[in-house]
Amino acid sequence: MIFAGLVGAILWNLLTWLLGLPSSSSHALFGGLIGAVWVGAGEQGVHFDKAAEKILIPAVASPIVAGVAALLATYLAYRITARAREKSVTRGFRLGQIASASLVSPAHGTNDAQKTMGVITLTLISAGALGHDAGPPVWVIASAGLAIGLGTYLGGRRIIRTMGKGLTDIRSPQGFAAEAASTTVILASAHLGFALSTTQVCSGGILGAGLGRKLAEVRWGTAGRMAVAWLVTLPAAALVGGVSASVVKHGGTFGTVVIALVAVAVASFIVAASRRNPVHASNVNDHHEVTVRTATPAGVGTAA
Amino acid sequence: MHLDWTALGEVAAVSVGVTVAAVVVFALGVLGLARVEAARDDATGGDALGFAQATLCFLGCAAVVAYGIYLIVPQFH
Repeated sequence: MIFAGLVGAILWNLLTWLLGLPSSSSHALFGGLIGAVWVGAGEQGVHFDKAAEKILIPAVASPIVAGVAALLATYLAYRITARAREKSVTRGFRLGQIASASLVSPAHGTNDAQKTMGVITLTLISAGALGHDAGPPVWVIASAGLAIGLGTYLGGRRIIRTMGKGLTDIRSPQGFAAEAASTTVILASAHLGFALSTTQVCSGGILGAGLGRKLAEVRWGTAGRMAVAWLVTLPAAALVGGVSASVVKHGGTFGTVVIALVAVAVASFIVAASRRNPVHASNVNDHHEVTVRTATPAGVGTAA
Repeated sequence: MHLDWTALGEVAAVSVGVTVAAVVVFALGVLGLARVEAARDDATGGDALGFAQATLCFLGCAAVVAYGIYLIVPQFH
């Protein structure tokens, strides 16, 4: 069941990554698990109240809060430094960005790495490899951290282009404000146990920073596509998770193997498609569109 | 469905407050730094006030960052 949930989450994440859309891996994970549990254990297996309270409300609220905070901060930052020399100001904020960007990472880790560890530990417990009240072992913690770092290093630049150029043209004071807003929102809500999406918080912060600088154009088309991707993430991953779960349930071991093979095939197809139009360090800031030259593999996430 | 609006409001208020405060303080620090650099280029020597302002503001930001790290790492509690 957890396997089916993971398949749903992974496939959906890869597809949105190919399109350069920052979708929430957290929501894909929740969606995949909810779908798999629904099919496997029936409707009563899902705590919809809990899901709404801990996922839906923060999902809507957190990007808005981050956006408002970044908007105010950007506006004030430009206001305060308006009369100073632009060269000095840009350099100052650029140095500050090193600190603020570094802070986003641990905030991101406190949130997203924990979810990965949680799911892996859950798998180990259900497989009987760990006791029922065991915490995540050290190797799980280490590999979850390593996997997140590697994934960002290998594939992050597609998302960087959308975030840094696609939404709005980000200058260093805006970047600083957006990062400060993202970090505080993530840390504040992690304290209260809201499972929010770092992806959505950062996007909200960047949008706010774009609005805070006068004359900065916000590309609402890109923002709209991202919003649609967010809305679809949970149900789509739930659908893939549910279908996988039913195949596993009715097909037994054979079904599990089939699902695993299909997942690997779709994943390699997506990676191959991304190769045709790579985004790397030397061209990451050239355009604001992440294009896929081949025909978009539409519905691949749901067809699996 | 029970919603904890107080917690939600708290998160929103704290986030906006801390973000705006930190960025404003940092911007003031950058402003001080820019003044020091301008004074140096004009060959009028240094700008003691600007330098003090920059130092104070950057120290303030460093304090916020340190508190944030303190909150993240459970071993410090």
